[in-house]
Amino acid sequence: MIKESFTLRGVEFKNRVLVASGTFGYGNEVKELVDVNKLGGICTKSLSWKPRDGNPPRRIVETPSGMLNSIGLANVGVEYFIREKLPYLRTLDTVIIANIAASSIQEYCDVLSLLEQQEGIDGYEINVSCPNVKEGGLSFGTDCSKTREITARLRTLTAKPLIMKLTPNVTHISEFARAVEEAGADAISVINTVIGMAVDIYKKKPKLSTVTGGLSGPAIKPIALAKVYEAAQVVSLPIIGIGGIMTAEDALEFLLVGATAVQVGTANFIDPSAGVKVAEGMRSYAQRFGVSDLGQLVGAMESNKEFSVLQSWL
Amino acid sequence: MILQHVAPVVSNTLIAEGIFLLTVEAKDIARSVRPGQFVNVRSTDGSLPFLRRPFSVSNTRGDLIDLMFNVVGQGTRMMASRRIGDTLDVLGPLGKPFGFAGNFKTAIMVGGGLGVAPFPILTRQLEEEKKSLLTLLGARSAKHIVAKDLQNTQIATDDGSAGFHGTVVALLESSLQSKALADPKIFGCGPTPMLKALSEFAQRSGIECELSLEGDMACGVGLCQGCPVETSHGSRKYALVCVEGPTFNCHDIILR
Repeated sequence: MIKESFTLRGVEFKNRVLVASGTFGYGNEVKELVDVNKLGGICTKSLSWKPRDGNPPRRIVETPSGMLNSIGLANVGVEYFIREKLPYLRTLDTVIIANIAASSIQEYCDVLSLLEQQEGIDGYEINVSCPNVKEGGLSFGTDCSKTREITARLRTLTAKPLIMKLTPNVTHISEFARAVEEAGADAISVINTVIGMAVDIYKKKPKLSTVTGGLSGPAIKPIALAKVYEAAQVVSLPIIGIGGIMTAEDALEFLLVGATAVQVGTANFIDPSAGVKVAEGMRSYAQRFGVSDLGQLVGAMESNKEFSVLQSWL
Repeated sequence: MILQHVAPVVSNTLIAEGIFLLTVEAKDIARSVRPGQFVNVRSTDGSLPFLRRPFSVSNTRGDLIDLMFNVVGQGTRMMASRRIGDTLDVLGPLGKPFGFAGNFKTAIMVGGGLGVAPFPILTRQLEEEKKSLLTLLGARSAKHIVAKDLQNTQIATDDGSAGFHGTVVALLESSLQSKALADPKIFGCGPTPMLKALSEFAQRSGIECELSLEGDMACGVGLCQGCPVETSHGSRKYALVCVEGPTFNCHDIILR
């Protein structure tokens, strides 16, 4: 029997594979195609205080080994979520993480406080890293003191797991990891999408309506691995690795560089059961190589830190 | 019920300039799909191209489904190279089918380019419902016309090489001017500028009209929120083409 589970502030996840916010709706869209109870957890689509329409089309562009999106946090709003979406999520036997996005610190607090009063939310992931909205999003996530302040404020409002989702669009993600650890976060999700763009050479226009968008998919996996590795050098809180994970092999790379768990994101668009398959593949790997607890793999990469270029500025 | 099939290719034929008809065996999809619904197809196991591609189901025969596509990029090139016995990963049936509400007697199908794709299966259903049929097809030239399994077809071409010289919407206008039809309803499918012109014509003429839209979508099942279309009324600014469409009543959406 291989131990796949891990615990975050008293909440037990049955395995180390979650599905990423914004790539799995509110869990019920694909229930016919995938047994969601085989996932370690579900991060909901970002919730804001009021419903958000999102950005005008075009919102999606395929790119080499990945895609750009500029959804703009389109979501039903927290009240509708509680009324219409949460009852289904409550019936599931997996960890439910409510992802929160906001355009002010007060809005983060209001949404979290309202969710605190509900049954069925196991923890929170705070999106301070959406590259596709003008207010909130990156303007928080690229400001270390704001990120710290949001973390500290939300910490006072909940005893449940508080996960800060960080952006790679900063010079040193390790500084942000340190700041949120000091402010009381329980974990960090690394990374949100990488700012990117694509151009229509015939129309001489950007392909996305918002000019730039967020790049995801296998194209960003090497970036994500380096960011997880960097953060892991300076914090002791658990890291949830995200970025282009399509297979168990991808997920194992994240564990080895220091991630306690992973989120499968864009892969869900191609195969909604990708997350379940990644979890199964990790189990097979553990069986094959005699790993009794997947936790033994976390940070188990052997490397000569003397040669690590990162060390010079960590 | 959405299903995922690894579907064997039964045939793959060039039927017009750059246009293929690909038939796969996908029993449960074939038995449950309705006119206007689509499937999302993965053309490779690798990551080039990365995303699935949505295709209208063009027709069904027993356990088989027909998909019509134009070779435009890497994904459709790979689909064109599929041979009998190869497989395709097919997710479907997806989306909302064409609606048959309203007391119409004559169905006018108006297709621009590959917009003809869903009409064979739609024709079958309309025949079962005992509707009179008129099918208007627009294409770049005579070489690009696909008119298989359709009824009472008229053609418009951009270059005048076959049928009416002009757009398919202009053909519709002139056709209705010369002969009024009893209680018509329009079913339109094609590129957005054509659908916009068609929608304007239908609203101007007071004819019921359903449109099947294309959307840039990643997932096809409502996860990615990538395929919005502007709504004309109600509290929400956008609807999703993949799950709330691809078929819409022309009064409910604003095309740009």
